[in-house]
Amino acid sequence: MNKTTVDRIATTVLGLMAGTTVAILGMLLLYVFVNGIRAISPAFIFTWPHGVNAEGGIWPTIVSTVYVTTLAMLISAPVAVLAAVYLAEYAYQGKIVSAIRFAADSLASVPSIVMGLFGFALFVEAMDLGLSMTSAALALSLLMLPIIMRATEEAIRGVPKYMRWGSYGLGATKWQTVSKIVLPSALPRIITGIVLAMGRAVGETAVVLYTMGQAVNLPVTPFDSGRSMTVHLYMLAVEGINLPAAFGTALLLIVMILGFNLSARWILRRSRKV
Amino acid sequence: MSDRTEDLTRRTLQLVSRSTYVKEWLLKTLFFACAFTFVLAVALIFFFVGWKAWPIVADYGLGNFVGGSVWSAGKGSFGILPLIAGSFIVTIGALILGTPLAVGTAVFLSEVATPKVRSIVRPAVELLAGVPSVVYGFFGIIFLRSVVARFTGSLGFGAATSWIVLAIMIVPTIAALSEDALRSIPEGIREASFAMGATRWQTIYKVVVPAAKIGIFDAIILGMGRAIGETMAVLMVVGNAPVFPEGVFVPLATLTTQIVMDMPYAAGLHRTALFAMAAILFVFSMLLVASVRLLSRLRD
Repeated sequence: MNKTTVDRIATTVLGLMAGTTVAILGMLLLYVFVNGIRAISPAFIFTWPHGVNAEGGIWPTIVSTVYVTTLAMLISAPVAVLAAVYLAEYAYQGKIVSAIRFAADSLASVPSIVMGLFGFALFVEAMDLGLSMTSAALALSLLMLPIIMRATEEAIRGVPKYMRWGSYGLGATKWQTVSKIVLPSALPRIITGIVLAMGRAVGETAVVLYTMGQAVNLPVTPFDSGRSMTVHLYMLAVEGINLPAAFGTALLLIVMILGFNLSARWILRRSRKV
Repeated sequence: MSDRTEDLTRRTLQLVSRSTYVKEWLLKTLFFACAFTFVLAVALIFFFVGWKAWPIVADYGLGNFVGGSVWSAGKGSFGILPLIAGSFIVTIGALILGTPLAVGTAVFLSEVATPKVRSIVRPAVELLAGVPSVVYGFFGIIFLRSVVARFTGSLGFGAATSWIVLAIMIVPTIAALSEDALRSIPEGIREASFAMGATRWQTIYKVVVPAAKIGIFDAIILGMGRAIGETMAVLMVVGNAPVFPEGVFVPLATLTTQIVMDMPYAAGLHRTALFAMAAILFVFSMLLVASVRLLSRLRD
């Protein structure tokens, strides 16, 4: 067989593989969309579930998910951003820095069930925070830390050196340079990282199952328990009750994560134009 | 940090007032503390989970625990060999199914696709890496399970169904990371290959893929980490029977799924066994991370 024929066959096969990947994933989304769109209505979003089959809406679970994700973001973003500032601007390569990087990689790959059990044992029991928004937010923030830190560090390293030199040349101190020159110009990409990390947190199930609980409850204070959308979907799917609501919840989850991803892209694209 | 650089910083900073110097030092220490939080967090997880898990090693014996082949909490028998086997069966099968598809997709995106096709497919793949695992599990239990059940006459719970669900889950992860590795190969070596008269396919399998093989291997290892630690998606389709499975269409259990099944009622020694399983998963994921770092050091 001559090499042009082989080439044509091989590239077609590669195209088919990529096509298969996209088709499978497209089918999954379409399946959830077609079945879920019928369930979604203002009443589904804004009312409480009731009865043995969890009829009605999923409002408390949406509030719980948004509540805990926001709280986790408020905890993790400052720590992760400042850690990235240290690694990108202050640190010199050495044992401590490589330990920090290894820890960040490990934290990013901790299985969510491990984080769930750890959060349960430490935050819920040992620190006596109970099944609450605070416990769940603390556990989730540990998962978000490495994502935000990586994005921030890349953003900071993307700021051209000459901007720093200009600042030092005017007599600015290191902190003045970092806070007034480096961080503002890296801000869009930092925000992108934070938004992507929040998307990750919204989709977490095992972590919130053990730290937030599964009781349907509308959280008001940070010490209230609740049930996230992911846990609600899990309960409905496993018990096989009220499938339309399960499809509706799955669709809303995907839409939320799509929203986080698209807004991250939008922020990034807008910052490039300026 | 070396003394010399510390000394240099101090000397430069002495040009400013004492209060500015103190402020700069305090801020730097604060940033360091933030960065060190990562190390503390990992150490805390390690020691806290380890401490909760210790009684199973002390009272039950590590050999009986890891080497025991009967998991029956009611009878006080905590052998996790069937669960470890389950985790590996599920993970390896998913990798075998998912890896060719993922790497093929990555090669297509980086070497064959036109920029326009790539600009649509790549964001789609990234987006799908972010779909929550519980949604994949839901799709698995509602759709795939019934398909498998119809074709095999079984209930549809078991290794085969979880392979498909996990493969779908890890394909976006492996594809995105492999594509990054392929695109980091300089354009020049492709041009050199084309200039020698090689076709696109010859360039791919003789030049580009071998050059990117460590990066692709990293991607597969990270995909494996995701598969072995995956909980909810597997939980919903695996059937949850803590035994050595006698086929791919019968229920089994993995380390992660058994934790979720038993956690609501576990107490005493049983609970410490669950924490020990979490500790094993944690150590395993850290080993995978360490091997990725070692590989990338080999590359440089």
